[in-house]
Formats: sequence, structure tokens, C-alpha cells
Amino acid sequence: MERIPVLEMGEFLMVTIQVDMHDRLASALLEDLTEAVSARGIRGVLIDISALDVVDSFIGRTLSMIASTARVLDAETVVTGMQPAVAITLVELGLSMPGVRTALNAERGMTELRSALSDGAQGGIRGGGRGHDT
Amino acid sequence: MSGDVESLVLELLNGRRQALLEAWISSQEAAAGSGWSTASDPDFVRQSTELLDALAAAVEADGFTVTAPGYKEVHRLLAELSGTHVRLGHTPSETAAAVFSLKDAIVATLGSDGGPDGVEDGQLGGVDRLVQGLGLITFDAYVRGREQVIRNQHEELLELSTPVVELWEGILALPLIGTLDSQRTQMVMENLLSSIVEHEARIAILDITGVPTVDTLVAQHLLKTVAAARLMGAECIISGIRPHIAQTIVSLGVELGEVITKPSMAGALQVALRRLGYTVRHAEPAS
Repeated sequence: MERIPVLEMGEFLMVTIQVDMHDRLASALLEDLTEAVSARGIRGVLIDISALDVVDSFIGRTLSMIASTARVLDAETVVTGMQPAVAITLVELGLSMPGVRTALNAERGMTELRSALSDGAQGGIRGGGRGHDT
Repeated sequence: MSGDVESLVLELLNGRRQALLEAWISSQEAAAGSGWSTASDPDFVRQSTELLDALAAAVEADGFTVTAPGYKEVHRLLAELSGTHVRLGHTPSETAAAVFSLKDAIVATLGSDGGPDGVEDGQLGGVDRLVQGLGLITFDAYVRGREQVIRNQHEELLELSTPVVELWEGILALPLIGTLDSQRTQMVMENLLSSIVEHEARIAILDITGVPTVDTLVAQHLLKTVAAARLMGAECIISGIRPHIAQTIVSLGVELGEVITKPSMAGALQVALRRLGYTVRHAEPAS
């Protein structure tokens, strides 16, 4: 069966989705990632969806589920490179993915993950929000 | 009788098209009112010529039935012709009169020939029907042309009213003016998101100073925009909240969640700069 490759880089996992996601593929990705996070002590997961033009509610929900599952297993998830049209679709579908970190591109996503992990290490408590000072 | 007049007109269109064209153009000039000459618009003569060509083919194929498929080309050319009139700023009646003047041209050209081919009163009915049909098509096209102009202006207005400006590297500002309905929200969202990509922005300031009222629907639209920007990795600050709008938001029970809000754009810019690690301070006095 077709699978989306999951790259391991130190304590991070990297996934770039470059094919049209269908439901089976999304479910398989959720399983693969959960397995990998729990088996190898992963702290951060980066999912790049810049090549994804179309997203339906199932894919959106799967992305949310990946983040929530990873959080339970003590790993942060960042979704990067979302296309404007995809963002609008997800919001219109009511899937604003609270609790999922986002970044404009993979590079910024990595920075975000690193700073999130160091925040967590310093503060001892990891909050869901992104806000620090106001 | 009707068959006779059809062949008569067809013969006229085929045999003496040039004479008919000249007669029509001069009567169109007369009909369209003073201060306008077809000589000033080369398009116009070309369109009239093409129209007569197409009309000849259509009458040959389908007689005087203007709704028949043979008249497709005539419909297109009439739409183009009325577009020219719209562009020149002619009124609907001037446009219609220009087309109706074709009847005068046909009658005059038939009559001037003299002899047995001269048109009889009874045959004029057929010509009337044809020209009236053409006039109605023109009028439809004229109204459609106007509506298109209105639609284009509406779109331009939407574009104009939702500018996105870069305040600082990585900081965008979006001054919202006027009421936010679903259509405008969509526009604002698209503009904002594409600007986020273009400028690689991290923070967007939505300034609602120019939004007259905030009800639950407007608040929902704002929150949608914030959520979409967040999905793209940019944080939103809502600024320009006037006191009575703050009261309305609270009394409506709108939950703004973790969105940062500031009374003024200046305050929002300060927050944004701090987020990006900039500090703003007074320079040393020059003297």
C-alpha cells in the first residue's frame, strides 16, 4: 500500500505531503507517526503541506488528531506551508485546528518547534497557547 | 407576402449592400443625436459592415425569425455594437434609435431603386418585424453591458476597500473600512493570506477603526480571518476597538479567545514589534 515517507532527524520527524491525500493515506500517516513518536522518543513533528492544494474535512481532522495524539505522547506538532485557499477552506469548514502550531514555511516551522521545546524545558509546563506576553 | 419581402430584403442585402450601408450609417448618425459622427469611430463603420454581412447570411438561412440559430452571429455583433454605444456614453433610446434606423435605410434604398422592385406598404410589416427584433436584441445587450459595468465597479470598490500594507518587515496592517459582510470577509481573507505569503509576514494587525458597528456576525467574520491567518503561521492583533464597540462585544458575549486586542493601531504595532524582538527607543538628542 502507498505510504507517505516519514523522515527522522534527531529528535524530530519530518513529513512532506506531496501527493493528493486520500482518506486511507491520511489514516496510515496518523498511524505511522504515532508509532514512530512513541517508539523513538520523538519530541517534535513537522508536517509540510505546501504542495497540498485541496483539503477536505477528513484530512483537516486527521491533521488535528496527529497533533493531539503527539501531544499526549509529549511531542509538539507544527503544520507548515499551508496554501491560502486551503486555510480559507478549513476555516469555512469550521476546522481552525486549535492547539496545532503553524508556520509559513518549513524553516520557520523548525524554529517554532525548537523554541517550543526549549520553552517547555525551561518552564516545566507546556501550555497549549502561543501567547507569552501581551 | 412575407416570403416576397424576405427575398426582396435578401436581394437588397446581397446586391446593394454598399448603398444600404451608406444610407444606414447616415441615418444612424441622425438618430444618435448631434455632436457625434461615425467618422470619429472607425470601429463603428466596421461593426455596421460586419452586421450587414451577418444579417445577409442569417436572412438567407432563417428568414426573419431573429430567434433562429442562424442569427447567432447577428446577436454577437449587435452586442458588440451596443457595447460601443455604452462606451460612447449614449443613452438607451439613442442606441435603440440607431438600430431602428436600419428600417428607414432599407425602405429608402428599396424605394430609390424605383421600378417594379419598389416596396409596397403591405410588405413594410415584415421589415418592421425584423428591425424590431434586432432592436430588442440590442436593448438586451445594452442592459447587459451596463450591468457588467456596475459589477466591475462593485468589484473594484471591494478591492479598493481592503488594502493590505506592510508596516514593518514581517508586520502587515489591514485597515478595515465599512461594514464587513460575508463577501467582503472572503475578499479580506484572500488579500490578507496572499500578502502573508508575499511578505513572509509573522504578524497581521486588523484595524477596525473604520468599521461602524460590530455585531455577532461581524465578530464571527473577524475571528474567521484570524483563524485562517493563524493556519498560515501568522498571528493576528485586532486594533482600533472603540469603547462602545468593546461594550457591544462584551454584551453580545462574543468570545475573542486568545486573540490579542488593542485600542489603538499604535499599541498593536508596539506589541508586534516586541513579538519580533525589536525595541523602539528615542535616539540621542541631536544637539
